[in-house]
Amino acid sequence: MTREQKSLWLHAAVVLVLGALYFVLPEYHAGNLARIMVLAVYAMGYNLLFGYTGLLSLGHAMFFAAGMYGFGLAVNHGGLPAGAAVLIGIAATLVVSVVVGFLALRTRDVAFMIVMLMFAQTGYLIILYFGEFTRGDEGFVVQQAQRGLFGFDLSAQGIRYWAALILFSACLLGIAKGVNSRFGKALVAVRENEERARMLGYDTHRLKFLAVVLSGVLSGAAGAAYGLLFGYIGSTFATVQYSIFPLLWVLLGGAGTTLGPFVGVLFMFYLIDLSSFLTDAYMFIAGIALLLLTMFAPKGIVGQIRASRVPWLP
Amino acid sequence: MNILETRALTKSFGGIKANTNIDFALEQGRTMALIGPNGAGKSTFVGMLSGRIPATSGQVFFKGKDISHLPAHRRIALGIAYTFQITSVFSNLDVRENVALAARRDRTKSEDEVAERVAGVLARVGLSDRMEQLAGGLSYGHQRVLEIAMGLVQEPELLILDEPTQGLAESEVTEFVDLINGLQGRPTILLIEHNMDVVMRTAEMITVLNFGEILASGTPQEVHDNAAVQAAYLGTTTNAES
Ligand SMILES: Nc1ncnc2c1ncn2[C@@H]1O[C@H](COP(=O)(O)OP(=O)(O)OP(=O)(O)O)[C@@H](O)[C@H]1O
Ligand SMILES: [Mg+2]
Repeated sequence: MTREQKSLWLHAAVVLVLGALYFVLPEYHAGNLARIMVLAVYAMGYNLLFGYTGLLSLGHAMFFAAGMYGFGLAVNHGGLPAGAAVLIGIAATLVVSVVVGFLALRTRDVAFMIVMLMFAQTGYLIILYFGEFTRGDEGFVVQQAQRGLFGFDLSAQGIRYWAALILFSACLLGIAKGVNSRFGKALVAVRENEERARMLGYDTHRLKFLAVVLSGVLSGAAGAAYGLLFGYIGSTFATVQYSIFPLLWVLLGGAGTTLGPFVGVLFMFYLIDLSSFLTDAYMFIAGIALLLLTMFAPKGIVGQIRASRVPWLP
Repeated sequence: MNILETRALTKSFGGIKANTNIDFALEQGRTMALIGPNGAGKSTFVGMLSGRIPATSGQVFFKGKDISHLPAHRRIALGIAYTFQITSVFSNLDVRENVALAARRDRTKSEDEVAERVAGVLARVGLSDRMEQLAGGLSYGHQRVLEIAMGLVQEPELLILDEPTQGLAESEVTEFVDLINGLQGRPTILLIEHNMDVVMRTAEMITVLNFGEILASGTPQEVHDNAAVQAAYLGTTTNAES
């Protein structure tokens, strides 16, 4: 079997297992998994920029929130049906990422990190400023009646799971294919040695711009889906915390691996869930676990497996 | 026909003039060596040809076309390949992928054709048995060779090599000379080289750069007989090898 075939089988198997899990898992865990899959889409978007292109952003919450608010406002204030509102959310993220990518890519390294952070803070403040529409800190709820898509009620637990799985699978398979394409390999070249890539004839600036836009749009799609599936639009999702989360997820799961983002979200979600079940000091336990992992698996879970056992892992 | 020409090409780094009004011509199909003492401005000059270093003033013409305002990647797409003086490979990628990334510059080539070309070039430079190895794990000499392979695989019209033999063992230098001479006729080569033995065995033309200006240019014999060159460069044994 070639590497590509193995990779295809692996991803197909992950999707099938996730589908089968729905029939096995108790309702509580199925609900968690739906949330994890949507957040994993966010993490995959982040991974595209950080893991594959080597650009560290501290402002991705603005993309997630752009998608979420684009969707939520279009439904609540624009009175649009859910499907159209999701497209509005994605379009909003597209605009934001084109503008931010154009401006932020004039800087590099630490300056890029800071500029992204500043843009995200601006986004957060804009949400608060227009409290009349966004309900500021409180956020707002998208009613069950407004969460139908193609005749399905996405607030229903089962439908929600399948919708999350469909979105997740599409992104996972798309990314698996994308990173194996010439474009994906060129992104890796930029990550590994930008100057060398440029002197091999790659338009590295254009590649980085496309990576920001693609990464932004995926993050925004996750944001819109989150609003649609879970019915709550809140400014917490635009805070720094939500810019740090995808970085942590990707680092934990394995930057520059296709499955790392999902594994990272899964791991962190249950780490916090289980430790808060055991003790009040759950953040303490979570912190220790993260520390241990970074010490003993600096490449992240999937990255470490690839480095030590399964070199073909995509 | 001249594949490459420059007019009054100048670069200053702050107060330092690294290149001053360089008028230069390179005939298609030739192998030319660019020599000169350390700090003469050789790397700066070829950097301005490839677009890596923006010129302060002056023009560069490639096949008669003014490319002065083109960014590096566009110049390379026109058929200029460039190798770095300080080894610059993709350390965390394997040898095959390093060369493949270089080969894919030509977007008309399918992945199969890329693979074929990569295998061909790696065989030619003797790295076939190390295809799967990470570039960062290669010996210094093999990394230099890899760097050359990344230039060759692009099948450029003009190949610029910045001190390719620096730090190579004697046997590797000989292999390099054979490799270059084996290419004869295909790409035009502009070779920066300190090793005079390599220059004499490969170059049909020599240009001598000194303090950012062209001191002499011509056939090896002409350059060798040039009094100014004798005084400034060839006469002093310390510069012949460094
Ligand atoms: N980025 C830079 N900033 C400032 N000065 C520079 C820079 N690059 C080169 N120089 C200066 O320009 C001059 C020419 O440097 P260059 O590297 O072109 O020389 P060279 O002929 O390639 O030397 P060598 O044989 O040592 O490689 C030197 O005085 C060098 O110090
Ligand atoms: Mg030099």
